[in-house]
Amino acid sequence: MTTTAGDLAGRRGLPASGGRAGSSSRGGRWLRTLRYYLPSVVVFAAGIVAWELLVGLINLQTFIFPKPSAIVAALQANWGGGRFALLPSAQATLVEALGGLAIGTVAGVAVAFATARWVSARAALLPLAVAANAIPIIAFAPLMNNWFGVLSPLSKMMMAATLVFFPVMANVTRGLVQVEPGALELMRSYAASEWTILRKVRVPNALPFFFTALKLGATLSLIGAIVGEYFGGASLVLGRIIVQSASALRFDVTWAAILLGAGTGIAFYLLIVALERVVMPWHASLRGGES
Amino acid sequence: MNDQPVVRLTGVDKVFGRADAPKTTALEGIDLDIRRGEFVSLIGPSGCGKSTLLRIIGDLTSPTRGDVVVNGKPAERARRDRDYGMVFQAPVLFDWRTVEDNVKLPLEIQGAGGARREQRAKEMLELVELGDFLKHYPYQLSGGMQQRVAIARALAFEPAILLMDEPFGALDEMTRERMNSEVLRIWERTGTTVVFVTHSIPEAVFLSSRVVVMSARPGRITKVIDVDLPRPRSDDTRETRRYFELVTEVREALRRHGGTGDDDDELSLASPDRTMAEGAVG
Repeated sequence: MTTTAGDLAGRRGLPASGGRAGSSSRGGRWLRTLRYYLPSVVVFAAGIVAWELLVGLINLQTFIFPKPSAIVAALQANWGGGRFALLPSAQATLVEALGGLAIGTVAGVAVAFATARWVSARAALLPLAVAANAIPIIAFAPLMNNWFGVLSPLSKMMMAATLVFFPVMANVTRGLVQVEPGALELMRSYAASEWTILRKVRVPNALPFFFTALKLGATLSLIGAIVGEYFGGASLVLGRIIVQSASALRFDVTWAAILLGAGTGIAFYLLIVALERVVMPWHASLRGGES
Repeated sequence: MNDQPVVRLTGVDKVFGRADAPKTTALEGIDLDIRRGEFVSLIGPSGCGKSTLLRIIGDLTSPTRGDVVVNGKPAERARRDRDYGMVFQAPVLFDWRTVEDNVKLPLEIQGAGGARREQRAKEMLELVELGDFLKHYPYQLSGGMQQRVAIARALAFEPAILLMDEPFGALDEMTRERMNSEVLRIWERTGTTVVFVTHSIPEAVFLSSRVVVMSARPGRITKVIDVDLPRPRSDDTRETRRYFELVTEVREALRRHGGTGDDDDELSLASPDRTMAEGAVG
């Protein structure tokens, strides 16, 4: 960690604050980013081409393993309308996932603040949270449908929220509690109140933990929503389309729905990464420097 | 008023451990007066309680017995009045704050106005020669620069007393010597009283008006050595005859009371050259 004053010159400016980096170094960064992702892109493209060719070559039943081109065609054919209208379904599922993420995050953060504030609450709740983390919460999906109405998006939101709750709570608690002891001594020497310490030390310290949980939560909330949908509900949602197209042997549509779900999940994740960079430039850039 | 010591310790004991466990006496019978504007170093083998003593003065821990009076009031009152500036071995800068905002932190907590915060932070960072790094984040600075920010921060609300706990222990010897000169320059300009914990003999002699030598188990003050080297001190001071005499005097005081010797290797008992080699490893 210890560095000499000399290598300061070799370090970058403030990468995340855009304007500071000169245009030439910005071009260099794009090139580096491209070089970083190029192998993955090539492998991915090669995989798709191989899939397309192999399905034709070994004469696989297309309903078992449709060609990528067939999946794309199904995506186009069922985009806006019909029995398997994909776009409105993806939107409905996304709303459920977002709602679940919001509910689970708010609840998780609230409980985390309580456990960080009161040691007795921590002693009572943390073991329960750890135990709860080991439960396959997804098994509760039929119950959620029963409790919150099978046709109501709320039942899917609650499924997603339950999945999101535990990692958010555990991570944020850790972020609020695991503060460098030196930082607390420093604040004590300033005669700072607990409230000041919370605002100026614990909360910023918990931010990276919070975003880690949020990235996890983005994925979990989509899983929660889709699995909740498997057990019944309104028909224009990704989960229902997957179940119904599969039972109708329209596997090209099933694959198209999965593809759309994957795209939504990735977009969701990237959105949170972008948010993270805006909120904590000091942290995102730090990690950028390490990679 | 000026004759009154800034710090007065009388009969201070510190015992660690609860009633049901074997106890460790970290400090025993500490009496020490520190006058206004003095630079006092506490030196001794590890486990002699020098850091504990510093923390008692700063009211980060309380003594088991004895009296701690700072600026004519109990230590806790002094801490509440924000009479202390603290610098630890680790800089303890907040990642999410720029250099400038790190220095402003104590002023924010004190409730100082925006303009004063701005001006003080700038002044202090110029004092530690980091005036060009206001908007940088801590991770963009070297270890020595980070520690300078910590010093600027400790000086931000003009504390009556600056407590430094092995602030340069993690730096290499070259950087440490540069920081020593820097601290002296700052001390001469601000006139703050400094209590400085170290295990480096050359550092203690170079910086201090007085060196307080301590022994371990239980931690006691075994000798107080007045350092009569002329000021201002510079790199040349380190090559004077008197400097070497004083280094030797401190070293012998440490050796005489160093106990069985099991801790001796933790001390920089050797000549400055050897400590330099050790520093290069770290």
